[in-house]
Amino acid sequence: MKMTKPGQKRLISNAITYAIVIVAYVLIQILDGSGNLTSSLRGQLVPICAYIVMAVSLNLTVGVLGELSLGHAGFMSLGAFSGVIVSLGLRDTVSAGPLRLLAALLVGAVIAGLFGFIVGVPALRLRGDYLAIVTLAFGEIIKNVINTLYVGIGPDGLRISMSDQASLGLGESGTVIMRGPMGAVGVDKLASFGAGVILVLITLAIVLNLVHSRSGRAIMAVRDNRIAAESVGISITRYKLTAFIISAALAGAAGALYALNYSTVVARKFDFNTSILVLVFVVLGGIGNIRGSIIAAAVLTVLPELLRAFNDYRMLAYAVILILVMLTSNNDRLKQLRWRIRSYFQHSSRRQEAEHE
Amino acid sequence: MTFLSYLVSGLSLGSIYAIIALGYTMVYGIAKMLNFAHGDVIMIGGYMSFVATAHMGWPPLASVLLAMLVCTVLGVLIEQLAYKPLRTAPSLAVLITAIGVSYFLQNAALLIWSSNPKSFTSVVLLPSLKLFDGQLTISSFALVTILACVAIIIGLTFIISKTKIGKAMRAVSEDKEAAQLMGINVNQTISVTFAIGSALAAIAGVLLCSAYPILSPTTGAMPGIKAFTAAVFGGIGSIPGAFWGGLLLGLIEIFGKAYISTQLSDAIVFSILILVLLVRPTGLMGRKISEKV
Repeated sequence: MKMTKPGQKRLISNAITYAIVIVAYVLIQILDGSGNLTSSLRGQLVPICAYIVMAVSLNLTVGVLGELSLGHAGFMSLGAFSGVIVSLGLRDTVSAGPLRLLAALLVGAVIAGLFGFIVGVPALRLRGDYLAIVTLAFGEIIKNVINTLYVGIGPDGLRISMSDQASLGLGESGTVIMRGPMGAVGVDKLASFGAGVILVLITLAIVLNLVHSRSGRAIMAVRDNRIAAESVGISITRYKLTAFIISAALAGAAGALYALNYSTVVARKFDFNTSILVLVFVVLGGIGNIRGSIIAAAVLTVLPELLRAFNDYRMLAYAVILILVMLTSNNDRLKQLRWRIRSYFQHSSRRQEAEHE
Repeated sequence: MTFLSYLVSGLSLGSIYAIIALGYTMVYGIAKMLNFAHGDVIMIGGYMSFVATAHMGWPPLASVLLAMLVCTVLGVLIEQLAYKPLRTAPSLAVLITAIGVSYFLQNAALLIWSSNPKSFTSVVLLPSLKLFDGQLTISSFALVTILACVAIIIGLTFIISKTKIGKAMRAVSEDKEAAQLMGINVNQTISVTFAIGSALAAIAGVLLCSAYPILSPTTGAMPGIKAFTAAVFGGIGSIPGAFWGGLLLGLIEIFGKAYISTQLSDAIVFSILILVLLVRPTGLMGRKISEKV
């Protein structure tokens, strides 16, 4: 047996992650082509991609940076609504759907990233549960403010109001995009499964490259020991902010993708529960484990659908499964057992190597 | 005069937040966990009182006692089944379990009582108080909540500073292992804390539903988040902090609604929270943690 170098091992591990996404895409396309995909499952394909991007980007904050964020849906919301505004604003000038989708994703990412910076500068000074509560508060503020926004496009450009639709003063020729608590209506469904998979692959490329780069190592050094990292000259604020902004920007792109899959989008959709849902994906997939986040996000998005047989009891079953998974994965005895099995296999493979030599 | 009436309703809402926040802060102080299921225990308390008064025809006070009893048992049961096996697990694992418990309670309530909101009749049936020749009306409900909150905080302070179990609580929150070495039953102390916190949640639930008489399986969620914010606002783990944090949050919410914007009241509350945390990173009364290298 040949020993693999650490660099090679990492390359293989990354390749497996990309391969999983591509193989899943091909498989689903085949299933869809042969008509074996139920319509409810087909409707879930784009949301699954959006949630995978959300989970991978939150894992950057929670796993790699080591800070708990409870407001990730806030960035998703920003991306979603700025994406919707851009896609509708370009309706007359750009006719190609994919181009408008691309513009929406980019603007969503930039706006969310910008807010990531605005929130990150003050919030990252705090630590632990206090940081978590600031991100929670931020998510609630975004939800609340977007809920009161009226946005329309007139002949002379974008108009924004916080009171009502009439005060936009659009007249006949304008279109209203956002109607306060009613959200955005008449959204073009530009998102497709293929675009979602491309976004997932881009996200993976960004996050995996970041983690294995010089900056990534610096970020992890800050996570593992802040004081030691600072004492060897790593700028804590800079690296924390880098990770936080990238995480926010990716969430923004995910939000734009998600929003452009529906004809109406409301701010309430991106509330505290959505933030928590994504956090559940990250924790169940394994904190810091990117591949785990992908699988957990996909499985847990489909799970309520698969539990349909339980009917009314399905969300109850979901809750019970969640609790049981947490209890068994953190059980000391089971952990020991797993460790023993693993070390047994390692010993036996080492013995074989010795015999070969 | 309108200012005074806003003040009273702010204090009343703040008292409810304070009672919920006390439960959060006590559990955090001792078990070092964010008990996200606390808001749903409030909801269960509300439903219990509703069932007792509307279906069984019990007097309001008895329904409150029933709610307290059920919630106490529920709180201890949750702690024993879901949190106790995770004592040594990382804090995020406990957080996710608490979220699982929260989903469980909400969906169980959904199955039992359906998603149709129930209209709750206030447990306080006294006439309201008129002052200054009827210019200022103070509802008896507001007085009852404020008095209940003050009574609870006095009682809790007494339990924690004077009784044996209170001493044990303080010891466990300071250093679990040292407390165990001194012969304190750590598990029992944590259970008692959950019991007290859940009983308070029941009271808060009944008061909350009396103030906003619509009861649904998600009733507890938003007040739970706000009270959690109040606990952090005052410095999580600190009992006086939870009290002042809750009162301030209630006042900010009511005054924000009255003088700034009704729609943006949540945004105002949370913005002030962020500002406070930026100036005092561990809350109003939180302990400063100095770091050792």
